[in-house]
Amino acid sequence: MNVVILGATKGMGRALARLCAESGDRVFLLGRDAEDLRRSCADLIVRSGQHQPVEFALCDLEQSASFEPAIAQAKQALGHIDAIVVTAGQFATQDDLESDSALLERLLRVNFVNTVLLCEAARKLLLAQGGGTLCVFGSVAGDRARKPVILYGASKAGLAAYLNGLDHKYYASGLRVICVRPGFVKTGMTAGLRPPPFAGEPEQVARDVRAALRSPRPVIYTPLVWELVMSAISVLPRAVMRRINF
Amino acid sequence: MTRSTRIVGWGGIGTEGEERLSEDLVRISEGVPIARGLGRSYGDSAVPPPSQPVILGTTLADRILSFDESSGVLRAESGLSLYELNRIFLPRRFFVPVTPGTQFVTLGGMVASDVHGKNHHVEGCFGEHVLSLKMRTGTGEVIECSKDVHADLFYATIGGMGLTGHILEVSFQMRKIPSCWIYQETERVADLDTLLDALGQAAEKWPMTVAWIDCLHEGRHMGRGILYRGRWATEQEAPAYAPKPKIRLRVPFQLPSWAMGKQSVRLFNSALYHQHIPRVRKGIVSPEEFFYPLDAIRDWNRIYGKQGFTQHQAVLPASKGRAAVRRFLELLTSLGGASFLCVLKDCGAQGSGMLSFPMPGTSIAMDLALRAHTQTHIDRLNELVIREGGRIYLTKDALTRPEHFAQMEPRLSAWQKVRDKWDPTHRVRSAQSVRLFGDKP
Repeated sequence: MNVVILGATKGMGRALARLCAESGDRVFLLGRDAEDLRRSCADLIVRSGQHQPVEFALCDLEQSASFEPAIAQAKQALGHIDAIVVTAGQFATQDDLESDSALLERLLRVNFVNTVLLCEAARKLLLAQGGGTLCVFGSVAGDRARKPVILYGASKAGLAAYLNGLDHKYYASGLRVICVRPGFVKTGMTAGLRPPPFAGEPEQVARDVRAALRSPRPVIYTPLVWELVMSAISVLPRAVMRRINF
Repeated sequence: MTRSTRIVGWGGIGTEGEERLSEDLVRISEGVPIARGLGRSYGDSAVPPPSQPVILGTTLADRILSFDESSGVLRAESGLSLYELNRIFLPRRFFVPVTPGTQFVTLGGMVASDVHGKNHHVEGCFGEHVLSLKMRTGTGEVIECSKDVHADLFYATIGGMGLTGHILEVSFQMRKIPSCWIYQETERVADLDTLLDALGQAAEKWPMTVAWIDCLHEGRHMGRGILYRGRWATEQEAPAYAPKPKIRLRVPFQLPSWAMGKQSVRLFNSALYHQHIPRVRKGIVSPEEFFYPLDAIRDWNRIYGKQGFTQHQAVLPASKGRAAVRRFLELLTSLGGASFLCVLKDCGAQGSGMLSFPMPGTSIAMDLALRAHTQTHIDRLNELVIREGGRIYLTKDALTRPEHFAQMEPRLSAWQKVRDKWDPTHRVRSAQSVRLFGDKP
């Protein structure tokens, strides 16, 4: 399987790229820091048993002009792309976003506007080659607004709505869309937060996502227990949600 | 990103503080007093000083940067764990030249502690196989050092307990192995003299040796125990498949303090001794079983309860002979120190790390539950170590007094000169260096 990953130098993306490389997939990385990408490519080459070249192209979620050329480079290197995975995104606490409107604007643009633009570029390329999988990381924070993640959650909810529609419109044309909804996962992104119960490890997310790339479903929760947690939260009455602080 | 957490050594001693974690160590390492990997150092060496309770966590920086299959040279970021290294390289028949008794350590920790293992009499410490290091020094510089470039910093860092700067990347030599299994022989030995004889004989023929002893047994059978000797199995002896990682048990909560009382430990030690048949036992075992028996139980430190525990590991010089080992064990039994596991290993030559622990002689390691009298016990043991001309292992230590350590370590002033040169104000420091070297708390 030929997999393109944006966000593979860190966190869940790094774990997924490693699992794919170790399992024999051909991996191509997208990211914004050439030196960082070079180091991750070296890591993946060694882990893959030195059988596969791992290459990269520059692609910055803050620069929408970089999307199309980067995806085209990936296509050229791999020949055929089976899946494009977007794990990159931005996170900030509710307090920080409420007090810093520039930060808020940047987060909304990166997580929603630019991620949608990137997905559009990916969709066109995948449809042009007759189909393929577009796998994008949302968040359980996009399921139902909770007090600590309202703004971050809104950006991910918008993204989820878009991905849901993409599946409706292009399923018949061969596009498979996966919206991954990770619960709390222990990565560098969440290192400043206290892990709640059911906090997951990036390796577990990687296993779930790689399995989903093989048999795509429109939505996956990972670790799986978060599907239960979120379905419980989604049926809580509004009066209760107004009182609780998680 | 930082997180408020309890920063403790494996024995449970530590402080409330913040752990800085990121994939990008270069970015977050500046101005942090001390680094830690997986927190397996027993004492306070990877605990920050009280006035600046911040620690650099390296575990997210775990990329392999290069590996040359023909030379075996590997370079990686310092947070890469030995567990991960073994998972990737054992099936390819490469192994670290030296492994400690747990695989839940990082490369950076292996360098800072200059770890030794069952093959010390043949291969020396891990530091002997390190080729170069990338460091963030106390003055903020990021530099590369090796035996040719900034050699003083290089040798002061090997076994330097992280006090010469933060280790960011490590280049070292991996070893090609004939199979990914171990041929092991174990033998029950009835007393200390026979055990030390057997250990010495085994060292001549076997690349890996170690002994466990029942350190509560007094009198004629003092020092009875089990001798382990091993080597990599040949291709013909070994199964064709690679060993599967074992399912790990957990200790789900802290046990009450009486769980590790003298009677239960006595019973455990006796049972361990008697479960071994009187004859030599031979067979093929996995490297996990051979090198890392305690890794089979995660969080095994919880058996010591909330009060925690410390280890005392000392090496007694070969020149003092086995009488020194006998005197040490006699003192230990007279103190009534109950140790769950007591491990004996004959060490080879002293390493090139300026503060590297092993020297030719016998190393004795044991756990001691932390109680009101533990400080006195450690003092008494250390006084004997000083009289015998031995020294202790800083990675295990939480209670040694500074004057005792200075008496054990004639190499200390040379090491301190190098540390002063690279970090005149000792910005890089730990709870241990505050205790032992008088750094600013």
